[in-house]
Amino acid sequence: MTGPQAPPALRLKRIYEVAPRDLERAGTVSTEVRRELLALGMSPEVVRRASVVCFEGEMNMVLYSEGGRIILLVKEDRVELLFSDRGPGIADVNLASQPGYSTAPDWARELGFGAGLGITNMEENSDLFKIRSRVGKGTVVRATILLGVPFF
Amino acid sequence: MELGRVVSELGLEPLATGDLTRDVQGGYACDLLSDVLAHAEAGDLWITHQRHLNVVAVAKLRDLAGVIFARGNRPSPDVVARAAQEGVNLFLSSEPAFEVAGRLHRLLHP
Repeated sequence: MTGPQAPPALRLKRIYEVAPRDLERAGTVSTEVRRELLALGMSPEVVRRASVVCFEGEMNMVLYSEGGRIILLVKEDRVELLFSDRGPGIADVNLASQPGYSTAPDWARELGFGAGLGITNMEENSDLFKIRSRVGKGTVVRATILLGVPFF
Repeated sequence: MELGRVVSELGLEPLATGDLTRDVQGGYACDLLSDVLAHAEAGDLWITHQRHLNVVAVAKLRDLAGVIFARGNRPSPDVVARAAQEGVNLFLSSEPAFEVAGRLHRLLHP
């Protein structure tokens, strides 16, 4: 008989605030997350995938939300990125997740955002991916990259 | 091919240069940031008309060999400063993106 397994040890936890509409600072969280993962000796592929997930999540928060925070958790067997914002929430998550769908205003499209690939990119680079959203409340996204698991 | 040689062959104006010995693997021409994040490869030279701060972040996150701003689209000094700080190579070309891409392709695939 073995007892309940201990949860994977936490190697790193970081919390980053994301301000709405602050395009000047946008990208700084993902750049910082990349630096942290490189410092932990993560493989280039894991670093790249986490960087893309983080950048897309960060940009969505900057462009569309009332602000929020990003939590980076590194455990023995996984990298987790948790995005939570203060609204406005997504009415139809399935629709918002469709490649090519975007509600980006013209000014954002002119800057190269709003391709409608943000959520797709996050999902494509995650092993586990979940969005929960409530209109008027906010959106929470959990993206997990498992370590030592084949990725194609 | 070494980045320094690409720069001189294409007549690019260096704006921010970290490592000119970097090996250029290929190129990617696009103005959509998410598309670049999804499809550009590490070591690519990215040809674009975007010239704001997030370009530097994308180039860094994707480990690109550098960014070429086409048709003389010069970025602002704060963009250049951020790139220098992050070690991202930035170049300016007076030629349109089509010409830059064509010349780069011919250079890499003679």
